[in-house]
Amino acid sequence: MITLNHYLALASILFCIGIYGVLTRRNAISVLMSIELMFNAANINFIAFSKFITPVFLTGQVFAVFVITIAAAEATVALAIVILIYRHHKEINVDKINFLKW
Amino acid sequence: MLASSWLIPLLPLVAFAFIVFFTNKRPKLSSYLSVGAVCGSFVLSVPVLFEVLKNPITSEFKFTWIDLQGFTIQMGILIDPLTAVMLMVVTIVSMLVHIYSIGYMAGDPRFSRYFSFLSLFTFAMLGLVLANNFFEIFIFWELVGLTSYLLIGFWFEKKVAADAGKKAFITTRTGDLGFLVGIFLLVSAAGTFNFNQIFHQIEAGSISTGILTVSAILIFAGAVGKSAQFPLHVWLPDAMEGPTPVSALIHAATMVAAGVYLVARTMTLFAASSSAGLIVAIIGAFTAFLAASIGLVQNDIKRVLAYSTISQLGYMMLALGLVGLTAGTFHLMTHAFFKALLFLGAGSVIHAMHTNDIWKMGGLFPKMKITAITFIIASLSISGIFPFSGFWSKDEIFAVAAEYHPIFLLVAIIVAFMTAFYMFRLCFVTFFGKPRDKHKFDHAHESPKVMTIPLMILAFLSIFAGWLGIPWLAKGYSSFVFFHHPHHAEPKIWLMLISTIVALSGIGLAYLIYYKGSISAEKLKEKFSFPYKLLFNKYYFDELYQAIIINPIMGFANFLFKFDLGIIDWLVNAFGNFTLFISNVKEWFDTNIVDGAVNGIAWIFKKACTGLRQIQTGYLSNYILVIFFGILLIILFKIA
Amino acid sequence: MESSVQSAVFYILSAIIVGSAILVVTLKNIFHSLLFLVLTFFSIAGIYVLLHAEFIAAVQVLIYVGAITVLLIFAIMMTAQIYSPVLRQTNEQVIPGLIIVGVLLITTLIVLGNTAWRVSEKLPETQSIVTIGKSLLTTYVLPFEVVSVVLITALISAIIIARRD
Repeated sequence: MITLNHYLALASILFCIGIYGVLTRRNAISVLMSIELMFNAANINFIAFSKFITPVFLTGQVFAVFVITIAAAEATVALAIVILIYRHHKEINVDKINFLKW
Repeated sequence: MLASSWLIPLLPLVAFAFIVFFTNKRPKLSSYLSVGAVCGSFVLSVPVLFEVLKNPITSEFKFTWIDLQGFTIQMGILIDPLTAVMLMVVTIVSMLVHIYSIGYMAGDPRFSRYFSFLSLFTFAMLGLVLANNFFEIFIFWELVGLTSYLLIGFWFEKKVAADAGKKAFITTRTGDLGFLVGIFLLVSAAGTFNFNQIFHQIEAGSISTGILTVSAILIFAGAVGKSAQFPLHVWLPDAMEGPTPVSALIHAATMVAAGVYLVARTMTLFAASSSAGLIVAIIGAFTAFLAASIGLVQNDIKRVLAYSTISQLGYMMLALGLVGLTAGTFHLMTHAFFKALLFLGAGSVIHAMHTNDIWKMGGLFPKMKITAITFIIASLSISGIFPFSGFWSKDEIFAVAAEYHPIFLLVAIIVAFMTAFYMFRLCFVTFFGKPRDKHKFDHAHESPKVMTIPLMILAFLSIFAGWLGIPWLAKGYSSFVFFHHPHHAEPKIWLMLISTIVALSGIGLAYLIYYKGSISAEKLKEKFSFPYKLLFNKYYFDELYQAIIINPIMGFANFLFKFDLGIIDWLVNAFGNFTLFISNVKEWFDTNIVDGAVNGIAWIFKKACTGLRQIQTGYLSNYILVIFFGILLIILFKIA
Repeated sequence: MESSVQSAVFYILSAIIVGSAILVVTLKNIFHSLLFLVLTFFSIAGIYVLLHAEFIAAVQVLIYVGAITVLLIFAIMMTAQIYSPVLRQTNEQVIPGLIIVGVLLITTLIVLGNTAWRVSEKLPETQSIVTIGKSLLTTYVLPFEVVSVVLITALISAIIIARRD
């Protein structure tokens, strides 16, 4: 019998893998992919809660729709920024880009 | 017409300013400017004279200069017959001397400056004459003193000239101090500077006699200094180091007469205090005698004339002290003309001979006819020979003296004798006899027209100016000065006869000694060797003053100097060193303690920040790592 | 019987998800990791089906597997550093990252285990699409509109940011 905790544990693991990717990858696109993994972990949580806690109203699924929408928007803008940075620096490795200083 | 008379002194001032600021580099133009200005003043003065002649009253024009609460200082002009006469004298003599100077000073490197000084002097003198209050007259009094100083020391490369300037300035200052104190005394009693108001108060008797006497004597001290009366007479002979036209204008005709003018102007004061008047008369008489006696034996042509001037000024003081306003001012006028003429004549001779020593001259008559004739006219005038102007004015003084006390008359007659003698000694030695210095004689020549024409004009005035004061004239000088109320001593025929005889005998003695040689001057010198030495050394006045005034003062000054150097400077230096030491300590404290603290704090911050700075890497990954670390901490904190 | 099948499917899908996700964050070839990302998305869609969320599963496939993946492929192509064996893909934060992630995971699992969820016993809505549609246009109409604005803003800003001046 698969309980809520199984799904939540899966989401946690996936989320942690995403964090690990964000922390360790150099390529900006890889970082973006890791972020998508974290979004999906969150979505799994929402859907699981929707199934097990609010099965009538499906609130979790509605929020999952919003999350997916935001994720799409985020991906678009982020990739646009990556391309812009690439044009300027011929480089998309985040550890070469340190203009967050000053 | 009278109201515009403020222009009279202004013209020379404008000329002075112009020369100083614009035409200093153009001597010709400067001299023309200066002469033009003084001619303008003369032209403006003539209508003033006629106006006053027509209607001899006192007119005053004034404005408030300084307004203190309840006390005002005014500037203004006062025009009365005395002023009108002085205006004429000053402008005429000044004008002629200006013209004469063009010739005399030709080629001098400071030609422009000379004329600017002359203009300044003319301005000051006219201002002095026109002043309507004590404050104003004192300002111009000092201003003429200043120009006198500047002109005596005009050839300041010569040490004697520079010293003479200093001597004149310091000596007259001594008198001016008295003058100033006298003014203060009088003004504090009267509450105003204005002449007329003070005189009204004196006439009304609202000022006590004691104050009047003291202030009159103090004011007279100023006149003593300026008019070179005993005991402050020593500066005038030395002042002869200045250019001769200056001697003629300032030290014979006008400035030295300012003292006489002052006494005449404040006549009411002296009339009100008989003891003060007596002091004036005694000093005048004594000075007249003293100076005339010194003049007998001097060898420098200008010095003889200088002593003559002192003596004649003494005459005027004598007359004024005995309340002979007419006599004093009348003699002032005639003296101005003939003494200016004498000086200008002497200047002409000096110009030709390049020496002042009469024993190097001689026989100049044929070579310098105009100069010689005019000089002799002036000598006759000063000696008091009928009908030259000096005769009339001197006779007035005799009459005044005779009315008061015979002793004054006696002194006056002796002085007249000596005057005639030394003047003709001068004439005979200079113009007649054999030339004593062949070389200089050969180079002698008559002066240019620009110099001789003023001589001739002055000669004319020396003869005829006195005729205004012929005592039997109904509307003569005396009535004029006294506003139609003639007041002068009764003319006495016997007195006139005596004076003429005395003068003639003086001339005769000079003739015998210096022209005929029938009495040997050398023998006289040997016979009266003590009086001769006394006179030749001017009664040792200079030596006396040196010994009793100058040396003690210098000694005291030296003592003070040593005191300054030894004690005061030592103290000051000690303070300085002490302060320096304190400063050094403070500097050490500042650099090591205060700066150290500040720098130390700065150093700490710098090190700390350099460390903290490492954290801000600018790399996104680092930041995210920190963010998650923070999140982790929060969670752990929450569940713990 | 049904539950055991479900369990089997769940575990298989979970294994695929976790495995491919680890590959996504560790592979050197960025293009390969993208392919494993696609596999992860598919498996997650499977999880959604298990949870009776067919609509979300469809949306997952359409948007993630379709749109976002294509976007990422474009980005990889344009930045031209697709593959290079010598290229180091990880930075020096591997050890701290691992520690943080490990601690976080353990903590999360402990928290999960200690939490008493108020699990609803009702049966899930069968017509999920209808319910979601109603919710979106009634209760959540304001967020729905806001999100649409966010989408259009992101679209325009992406164009503006990426265009060549």
